Amino acid sequence: MIPKTPQRSLTRRLAARVVGHALVFTARFITAVRADWQGVDPVARQRVYFANHVSNADMPMIWACLPAHIRRRTRPVAAADYWLKTPLRAFIGPEVFNCVLVDRNREGRTEDPMAAILAALDEGSSLILFPEGNRNMGDAPLLPFRSGLHTIGRARPDVDLVPAWVANLNEIMPKGEVIPLPLICTVTFGAPVRVEEGENRGNFLARAAAALLALKPDDPDPET
Amino acid sequence: MTSQTTLDLLLLAFWVIVLLSLLTVLGEILRARLPHGQTNPVVETFLIRVHSWWAMVILLALAVLSGRVGILMLFAFASFAALREFLTYATKRRADHLSLALGAFVILPLQYVFVGLGWTALHSVFIPVYAFLLLPVVSALRGDPKRFLVRVAEMQWGLMICVFCISHVPALLTVDMAEGSDRSVLLIVFLVMVVQVGDLADYYAGRSFGRRKIAPGLSPKTVVGAATGIAAAALVGAALAWITPFGIIGAAAMAALAASAGMAGSLVFAAIKRDKGVKDWSHLIPGQGGFLDQLDSVIFAAPVFYHVMLLIWG
Repeated sequence: MIPKTPQRSLTRRLAARVVGHALVFTARFITAVRADWQGVDPVARQRVYFANHVSNADMPMIWACLPAHIRRRTRPVAAADYWLKTPLRAFIGPEVFNCVLVDRNREGRTEDPMAAILAALDEGSSLILFPEGNRNMGDAPLLPFRSGLHTIGRARPDVDLVPAWVANLNEIMPKGEVIPLPLICTVTFGAPVRVEEGENRGNFLARAAAALLALKPDDPDPET
Repeated sequence: MTSQTTLDLLLLAFWVIVLLSLLTVLGEILRARLPHGQTNPVVETFLIRVHSWWAMVILLALAVLSGRVGILMLFAFASFAALREFLTYATKRRADHLSLALGAFVILPLQYVFVGLGWTALHSVFIPVYAFLLLPVVSALRGDPKRFLVRVAEMQWGLMICVFCISHVPALLTVDMAEGSDRSVLLIVFLVMVVQVGDLADYYAGRSFGRRKIAPGLSPKTVVGAATGIAAAALVGAALAWITPFGIIGAAAMAALAASAGMAGSLVFAAIKRDKGVKDWSHLIPGQGGFLDQLDSVIFAAPVFYHVMLLIWG
């Protein structure tokens, strides 16, 4: 079991809050990030926000556009190997974003990622999850979903699974670029999906992916 | 700032605040007259707009009273916000990443530095000549020819519109005026006020009386609306002649010129929005859309106003 919330010094917690505010400010300055609540209202219900993943800035963007009282109770699910690589990342990931860290490494992992995710839900947190598993580098709008979303939906049927489409991020911060472009970023939240009684995994994941893809805005210029 | 200029600014701010207060009270009365629990969308939109005007007036007043740096910062931010909206819908590919980043984070601040330092010869050619030649090279070095001309043309257009044109508002500060150089700040207030009044008169008159459209299929602007807007701007310009070096007739003429250029700007932006399939550039200014929706007329008016003024009174 990952310990619930490790007790950290007041200075560290304060520093995490300050860095968190600075990140929200930066995200708003560069992208004017806006939440478009189409299918749900921004209320403090327990939810798993599942989103498309094209850039490392996806998670901070969703995190930044949530209202502050929801943001404080929302934990991104993120890869332990990425966020524990350097001391700076180990501060930003687990402490600023309060990530639920999971081990992507199937061989040699000691802990089941799903156990950590369900434990966070049982503490009452909402989650941000990228069901594609990896960043999408190709031309397809979405990669096939991993099974995790279905497992969560079956294990905790009371938690809303809310699709969230992050638009424009592959242009704001493509892989390999260092400087983000100032472009408007919109996160569109859709209506929650549920695992139906006896629905099989493939069927549910296809339905969830379709619900997410339906939120994608039309491309103004498809030729580029 | 001399005390006379500050006094004039405070007096203007006072009258604008009186006007906005009246509009706010008017809106609240209209809202209160509705039966309990009902809302009228026209009244609500009107009040949202009035609230946005409050924010803009307070920001502009603070910037103008704080002096040159405050004004430069305000318009540099407006440029940045406008460019952010323009580039969101511009044609671009991954190969343009560096040149677009240079445009937003290097060329934009430099332009405002040149304006602030009063290097007129440089700030009037920096984007039209140097950025124009340099940025396509940066894009070309990444070796992606697909839609190249469209990409670099839209990038240059964005910089011209959002940075070059908007920077002509604070550039008015550097105009030397015979009667004490710091009165140039009042020209900014003059320009912004007459263009806004022109827009508003055009919008409401055009809605109520206008029939013949100027550009059918593009914009709801009507001939009557535009004429009313220009006349209203000229009237307000004449009333504000005391803050300008133009004299009453000159002030009315300059105001009419700025308002006409402003309407041309709105028309051009309506065409761009139609082409890109967007209704508003963003949602950042409640009730008015984005920064570009709010600034489209000022964007076209500023360079024209600046150059005609230099030509006649410079």
